[in-house]
Amino acid sequence: MKMETVQAATPMLALLPSLLGAILILITGQRRANLREFWTIAASVAKFSLICSMLPPILQGQIVEYTFVNICKGIALQLRVDSFGMIFAVLSSFLWIVVSIYSIGYMRTLKEHAQTRYFFCFSIALFGATGTALAGNLFTLYMFYEILTLATFPLVAHEETAEAIRAGRKYLAYLLSGAAFILFAMGLTYNLTGTLDFAPGGYIDSHGSKIILSVLFAAFIIGFGTKAAIIPLHEWLPSAMIAPAPVSALLHAVAVVKAGVFCCLRVLLYIFGPDLLKELSLSLVLAYVASFTLIVANIIALTQDNLKRRLAFSTINNLSIILLGASILSPQGIKGAMLHIPFHGFMKITLFMCAGAIYAKAHLENISEMDGIGRKMPFTMAAFAIASAGIAGIPPLAGFISKWYLCLGAVEAHQVFFLVIFLSSALLDAAYLFPIVYSAFFKKGKRPKFDEAPPLLLWPIIITAVFSLLFGIFPDAFIHLFQLATHSVVTIFGG
Amino acid sequence: MVEHLPVLMVVTPLTFSFIVNVAGMWKRWLCFPLVFIPMMACTFFAFAILLKVTTAGEIRYHLGGWPPPWGIEYCIDHFSALVLLGVAVISLLVSIYAYSSFKKEVDGYRSPQLYALFLLQTTGLFGITATADLFNLYVLLEIASFSAYAIIAMGERGADFAAFRYVIFGTIGACAYLLATGYIYILTGSLNMTDVAQRLPRLYSSRALLVGFTFFLLGAGIKMGIFPLHSWLPDAYTLAPSAVSTLLAPLFSKVGGYVIIRIMFTVFDSSFSIDVFPVTDLLGLIGGIGVIVACVMAVAQTDLKRMLCYVIVAEMGYVVIGIASANRLGLTGAILHIINDMFMMACLFAAAGAIFYQMGTKEISRLSCLHRQMPVTSAVFVLGALSVIGVPPLCGFFSKWYLLLGAIKSGQWILIAVLLISSLIYAIIFFRVIEYAYLKRRVNHMRPGKSGQHPFQLDKVPISMLVPMILLALGIIILGIFSGTIVTDIIEFALPSSISG
Repeated sequence: MKMETVQAATPMLALLPSLLGAILILITGQRRANLREFWTIAASVAKFSLICSMLPPILQGQIVEYTFVNICKGIALQLRVDSFGMIFAVLSSFLWIVVSIYSIGYMRTLKEHAQTRYFFCFSIALFGATGTALAGNLFTLYMFYEILTLATFPLVAHEETAEAIRAGRKYLAYLLSGAAFILFAMGLTYNLTGTLDFAPGGYIDSHGSKIILSVLFAAFIIGFGTKAAIIPLHEWLPSAMIAPAPVSALLHAVAVVKAGVFCCLRVLLYIFGPDLLKELSLSLVLAYVASFTLIVANIIALTQDNLKRRLAFSTINNLSIILLGASILSPQGIKGAMLHIPFHGFMKITLFMCAGAIYAKAHLENISEMDGIGRKMPFTMAAFAIASAGIAGIPPLAGFISKWYLCLGAVEAHQVFFLVIFLSSALLDAAYLFPIVYSAFFKKGKRPKFDEAPPLLLWPIIITAVFSLLFGIFPDAFIHLFQLATHSVVTIFGG
Repeated sequence: MVEHLPVLMVVTPLTFSFIVNVAGMWKRWLCFPLVFIPMMACTFFAFAILLKVTTAGEIRYHLGGWPPPWGIEYCIDHFSALVLLGVAVISLLVSIYAYSSFKKEVDGYRSPQLYALFLLQTTGLFGITATADLFNLYVLLEIASFSAYAIIAMGERGADFAAFRYVIFGTIGACAYLLATGYIYILTGSLNMTDVAQRLPRLYSSRALLVGFTFFLLGAGIKMGIFPLHSWLPDAYTLAPSAVSTLLAPLFSKVGGYVIIRIMFTVFDSSFSIDVFPVTDLLGLIGGIGVIVACVMAVAQTDLKRMLCYVIVAEMGYVVIGIASANRLGLTGAILHIINDMFMMACLFAAAGAIFYQMGTKEISRLSCLHRQMPVTSAVFVLGALSVIGVPPLCGFFSKWYLLLGAIKSGQWILIAVLLISSLIYAIIFFRVIEYAYLKRRVNHMRPGKSGQHPFQLDKVPISMLVPMILLALGIIILGIFSGTIVTDIIEFALPSSISG
């Protein structure tokens, strides 16, 4: 398939709204809060439009490139948009619009402090996330990856309580240590190949001995796997649930953790490549680690009473599902993994936003206290039910599509063990999500005084829930996620 | 005109130091302008020198018209030009910064001697960078050192004793350097660097030469503040007045690093430093241990400025690691780090000085909620901190990158680990301060009410201190973005061609 590279300023322009928006937010401040909120919405809409404007050329097989400045021999600060990057970029920018509306509702309902800092850091975090998606080489990726970590730190410690600050420290400790491994891996890659680019199908083959390549792979996976919450590098994620719900929703279900998984896939498929990985059996090691994480995370989820913590472990599970799908190295499996990135994003963000709405309205955090809540907040819990079904992989929801392809991938690669893993994971998903829905609707609760979530909180929830359903029926709707994933797989396997 | 610039760089502040001494006694208000003018002039000269060197090659100036090796020669190549520019810019910014800072901290801020010593200090630093004569370097080194001893002693209680310790250490170092120069003179009969470099290769097996080389390293090492020769540094730079620390801490140690690289790679050929007398292995060990020890000591500090002093020792360890890699990449990292660290450390020390100016304290634990009272300073501090930790696109990342590449290429895995672990320790020490500044609430500080209104309060620090700080922070960003240009256009030519890789 011919892939021509087009030089355009659009990638850089797509990054700007969040950066400029952040500066404007900082300048506007709390005094004119409505104007400040307007900047967030305007920036998110602008960003989404700019990224969507790159969809037509990408879908036709082109790559859009923008080089900023040369850093070193062979490395430049460069943005290179391909179909895989578009999946992540489109996902995070669209959900930013939705979560911004939700954030405004959440912050105002709870009359939170330090809102300017919150919106500023959120905007910078999206700058980092989109930059990661559009990065053209490892150096650019690393730069935006670090910006993402640093921008989300004040968001994790937002509450400024001792527990929040502790969570923030843990967050930084894990993620910056991971970054040290990534830096080492970057240096080693440059030393071996003289470049830090990405190429579909990998290019590092024959540049080093087996041992060096295995060490390199391990360094990459430990580094990026910290953000992708592989067990035992996952502990930062449940602790980070102390952050406000919109942070947990967008960042720790979508942007930050998916950035980790996205980068892992970049390493697997665009630096090492399926052939090399099969030869060195490195992917098998990753597959087993991911399977272990999958199952253990789901089991731990069963034991959690705090709703957000349960969802956090569910996220850990789903991230490793993506990693497992990719490490099986079959085309269908990789397609499933790439589809699961956005589809899971929509479903998980619905769940987190529901949790946030419940906290904002009823000040409830634990599932045991949430009996009968469905009667008070029917729409919220209905959305929760839809998203839960999706996570468990029930048709006609989006989760079924990605899980179907993942299972197909396992079959294609003759890996019955991993097929069993996928299916048991789905069973466990149902086990820890459905009881919540059941007790919300069918059990009698105490009679606290609260009602349905305010519109600013409710509409985003409904939108993402509807999309979870829509993508299940029309996976290619609006933002062409299905086509993007298919195209990516074709380029990786040298179509 | 351009040919005279090397000596003008040194003569201008020297002349003005005498002028300010006299004029200041006549009219007090003349002191500051008479410091500002030569600093501004020298910055222009340094720019002009850099432009000339990058386009036309090195500049050589013979003092008094005497040809070398009988006369003193000043030679500026790419490396010197880069360092010269860094020293000039930072001296200029600190001289502006010092205007108000001295007023607050130094009792004798009215006395013209203070400003004369400031100018003598910069004379020495410029001269060390510009000269190509070994003994002339000693003279200028001593000028810089003695001015340093004096202006450090003008700090707070205990500064005079800290300066005295520095006198002892510094004089030992200077004597070592002088001894080494003596050895070289005896062996070669010349004091001119280029001349000596031509005569030395025949003598590489001489034992006297080995001793001379060791004394060179010892002398420069003390001035640089390499572990374990650094113990004078924390006290001296902590207790000195803020503007003095901001001048000395970034510049003096880096100029010491310049001297070591000059000696190891220009005077002595790189084949000597790497093969004949494999000092690079030893330097790797010393650098690595130094970085880790300094980082750990930094974690233990409760005083902000003292913490930054240990960060300097660690950063000098980085330069040593770069030298120890013994390849082009590592040396590129070392040189790039010299210039980057000047700006990073100046930025951080300037911020610490501003904090001391407004808050009256250097204790980290007393800095809670700093960002409300000093938003600009806190932001500048965060920028400097992120650069030291190594976050792209700030400049600190790029020198770390080259150091890492150099270490990987030479296969020194321990140094790789040292580089990465030290970044994490930096994250610990700087985020501790950032936590206090941004996240901890003061005990008796009311939480903003429902309206969340906190009027934006600019730092109560004079503009003459804020502007240099902000410019230094901008410098960090600009240096980072243009690292590629700096490396390809300047540092590539600064590396001796005898080094491989």
